[in-house]
Amino acid sequence: MTQNSAKISIQGLSKSFGSKKVLDGLDLEIATGTSLVVIGGSGTGKSVLLKCILGLIEPDAGRILIDGEDVLTAPPERARALRDQIGMLFQNGALFDSESVWENVTFGLLARKRISRTDARARAISVLAQVGLTEQVADLSPAELSGGMQKRVALARAIAADPAILFFDEPTTGLDPIMGAVIDGLIVDCVKRLGSTSIAITHDMASAARIGDAIAMLFDGKIIWQGPPTAVMASGNEFVDQFTHGRRDGPIQMALRR
Amino acid sequence: MTRIFDPIALLGRSTIAFITVLGELGLFTAAALAGLVRPPYYPRNIGRAFADIGFFSLPVVAMTAVFTGMVLALQTYTGFARFDAQSAIASVVVLSLTRELGPVLAGLMVAGRVGSAMAAEIGTMRVTDQIDALTTLATDPIRYLVTPRLLAGVIALPLLVLIADILGVAGGTLVATLRFGFNVSDYLRQTLQHLHGMDVASGLIKSAVFGFVIALMGCFFGYRSRGGAQGVGAATTSAVVAASILILGLDYVLTQAFFTI
Repeated sequence: MTQNSAKISIQGLSKSFGSKKVLDGLDLEIATGTSLVVIGGSGTGKSVLLKCILGLIEPDAGRILIDGEDVLTAPPERARALRDQIGMLFQNGALFDSESVWENVTFGLLARKRISRTDARARAISVLAQVGLTEQVADLSPAELSGGMQKRVALARAIAADPAILFFDEPTTGLDPIMGAVIDGLIVDCVKRLGSTSIAITHDMASAARIGDAIAMLFDGKIIWQGPPTAVMASGNEFVDQFTHGRRDGPIQMALRR
Repeated sequence: MTRIFDPIALLGRSTIAFITVLGELGLFTAAALAGLVRPPYYPRNIGRAFADIGFFSLPVVAMTAVFTGMVLALQTYTGFARFDAQSAIASVVVLSLTRELGPVLAGLMVAGRVGSAMAAEIGTMRVTDQIDALTTLATDPIRYLVTPRLLAGVIALPLLVLIADILGVAGGTLVATLRFGFNVSDYLRQTLQHLHGMDVASGLIKSAVFGFVIALMGCFFGYRSRGGAQGVGAATTSAVVAASILILGLDYVLTQAFFTI
C-alpha cells in the first residue's frame, strides 16, 4: 500500500429514502493517511454517506472499497474485518449511559477480546490522557460529564483501538468556539499520531479548515467540488461559495425552491 | 388527497403495515434467539436485566398478590355463603391464584413496570445513536441488548409468580382467619388438599411465556423507535399495550391447552 493509494474509494453510491434521493451516484476517494472533510447543508446526506461505509445503512447501488476490497460484496466476516478498522466519533457522542467512562472507552477492545477486563481500566486511563482527561473521570457515568468532556470521551473511544480509519460526524456541534477548537486540535493530533485516514463531516467552516487536508462539498447527492482548505473560501464554484459564505440567495436556495 | 381517505386504500395500507411489522418481529425474534445458542454471551447484561425484571419488581408484584389473595378470600366467602359452601374458600383462592391470577396479574404489573422501561431505554439508545455505536464497536446490538433481556424475562417471571402465589395464599389466609374465624392449620390443610402439581406448574409455564413476551415487546418497540422523544414515548406505549394484550390472549390459549386437552 503506497502513501497515495486510496484507502477508501466510493463509486456510484446511491441511496434513497422513499421518493427522496439522498445520495445519487456519489464518487469519492480518500488517499491513505489523509483527512477529508465533507461539507454540505443539513439533510444533504453527509451522515448517510458515513453510515453506508460503516454498514449501518444499506445503499441502493454503488461500491465501497476499503483497501481495494468492496465491503458490500465481500463475505460477511471479511466485510466485518475491513470495517473493524474504522473508529467513529458520533455527533452527540453516543456514549453508553449504563457503562462508566472507562468501560465506554475500552468497549470495542473488550468486544474484540483484544484486552482483558482487568487491563482495560489502565488502558482507558492512558487513552483518556491522550484527549486531555484525567484518571478522575474514569469511574464517572457519562451523564456526569459536560458536553465537551463527553465529546472527548467519545473521541477516546473512537481512537482506543488505534484504528486505521477515523470518522467524525459533526465533531464540534453543540460546543462553544473554544471547546470546538480544542476538539479539532485533539482530532488532528490523534489522526497524525495514529497515521489514520479520516473523514469528517461538518458544516462548521472553521472546523473544516482546521481538520482537513482536503475539503469536498456534497450537494444534490453528489460531490460537486473538492480541493484544499486554502481554496474553499474562493473556490469559484457558485454552490460552494454560497455555502461557505453563508449567503441566503444563490443556486442552493434556488435548487431547494425547484 | 382523495386517496388518503379512500377506505379500501387505507385498509390495504394498514394490512401491509401490519404484515410488515409481523415480519420484522419474526426476524427480530429469530436474531435474538440465535444469541442464545451462539456466543458471545453477556452475563453482566443478563444479571442486570434479571435484577430489573425480578428483584426490583418484587415489591409491586408482592403487594398485588397479597391484596388479590385478600380480596379473593373476601369475595369468595361472601359469594359462597349463599350456598353454604364457605369451606371451599381455601381451594378457590389457591387454584385461582396459581392457575390464573398469579401469572396474569404479575405479568401485567411487570409489563407496565419493566416492558415500558425496556422500550424507553432501548428507544433512547436508538435515537441517540448508541445502537449504531454498538455496531461500530464490533458488538451485535440484538445479542447485546435483547437476548439477555429475553433470557432474564423467561427466568425471572416464574420466580416472581412463585413468590406471588405464596404471598397471595398468605393474604387469603389472613382474611379467612382474622375476618371469618377459620383455623389457620385447617385452612392451610384445605389449601394443599386440592392443589395439584399441575396447577402450580401451569402457572409457572404461563409466566415464563409472559416473561418472554414482555421482554420481546419492550425490546422490539424500543429498537424500532424513530424521531426523538415522541418516538420513544410511542414505543413505550406500544410495548405495554402489545404485551398486555398478548398476555391476556396467550393466557386463554395456554389455559385451553393445559386444562381442556
